[in-house]
Amino acid sequence: MSTSPRFFTFASPARFYPLAGKSVPWFWATAILLTAAGLFVGFFRAPTDATQGDAYRIIFIHVPAAWMSMLLYLVMAFWAAIGWAFNARLASMVARAIAPTGAMFTFLALWTGALWGKPTWGAWWVWDARLTSELILLFLYAGFMAIVAAIDEPRRADRAGALVAIVGSVNVPIIYFSVKWWNTLHQGASISATAAPTMAKTMLLAMLIMTFAFWAYAFAVVCMRTRAIVLERDRHASWAGDAAAAGTRSPLGTGQRLTA
Amino acid sequence: MIWNSAADFFAMGGYGLYVWGAYAVTAACMLAEPVLVAMRHGRARRALVADEEGGPR
Repeated sequence: MSTSPRFFTFASPARFYPLAGKSVPWFWATAILLTAAGLFVGFFRAPTDATQGDAYRIIFIHVPAAWMSMLLYLVMAFWAAIGWAFNARLASMVARAIAPTGAMFTFLALWTGALWGKPTWGAWWVWDARLTSELILLFLYAGFMAIVAAIDEPRRADRAGALVAIVGSVNVPIIYFSVKWWNTLHQGASISATAAPTMAKTMLLAMLIMTFAFWAYAFAVVCMRTRAIVLERDRHASWAGDAAAAGTRSPLGTGQRLTA
Repeated sequence: MIWNSAADFFAMGGYGLYVWGAYAVTAACMLAEPVLVAMRHGRARRALVADEEGGPR
């Protein structure tokens, strides 16, 4: 093989399991510290908005949740596609592990958006392009989870899920550009690559810190869920029994009968 | 300082219900999810250990 063996080292569930186990506490520590910092800046340093009053403070969780909902969908579709194209079991397991977290962030984006829309627009919900496409994203996550759960044979389920994930990913750019393409009630992008930020620096800072906090959170939870899925799927592999008995360690000696 | 008192802080300029409603549900979800995932991991581990003790299948 000309490919470096290093590249595939962590592609095996048996390798991934202990590595992810070691990473999870660090992701949690990062998430907690960043959340504390983000909330502090957001509530005690960022000024009251001139037009929206203090209702705008929902932005510190609304925008990060909405960004995560879209990003996680693309990451899920990416790993699902890798799992399908290269017959990589771990990639498919990661895709499965991302779906509930992505769906949760989608729900939170809609929920916090409703609570922000009521005081600023006078409506909890409008059938606007941004809101409707984000709702469709929630259905796409639900569809992925439902189809994967409905098929008994795991690899067949992975492939069906990958198809849903890949086709559905067309919705993500629609959500992102909806505020540009259509006249919507929703305000434009908070951050733009082409224009200087219009927000106060402290507001922007709090929002970005919270985004990284949610990111760390997603890494932690997805690692944890992937570990659970690995144990469920590989329960008849000898390494998994040893790992379960020993806690987090995964002895990778002889007797391993896993294929990556 | 933005807030004059704790009551002022919790009132959020009259938007308290909206702001805290958004934060409360977000906190509830983001605290519940890791607990549920840890429970799922625990179930998977116990099932494996039970398999081991029950002999090869």
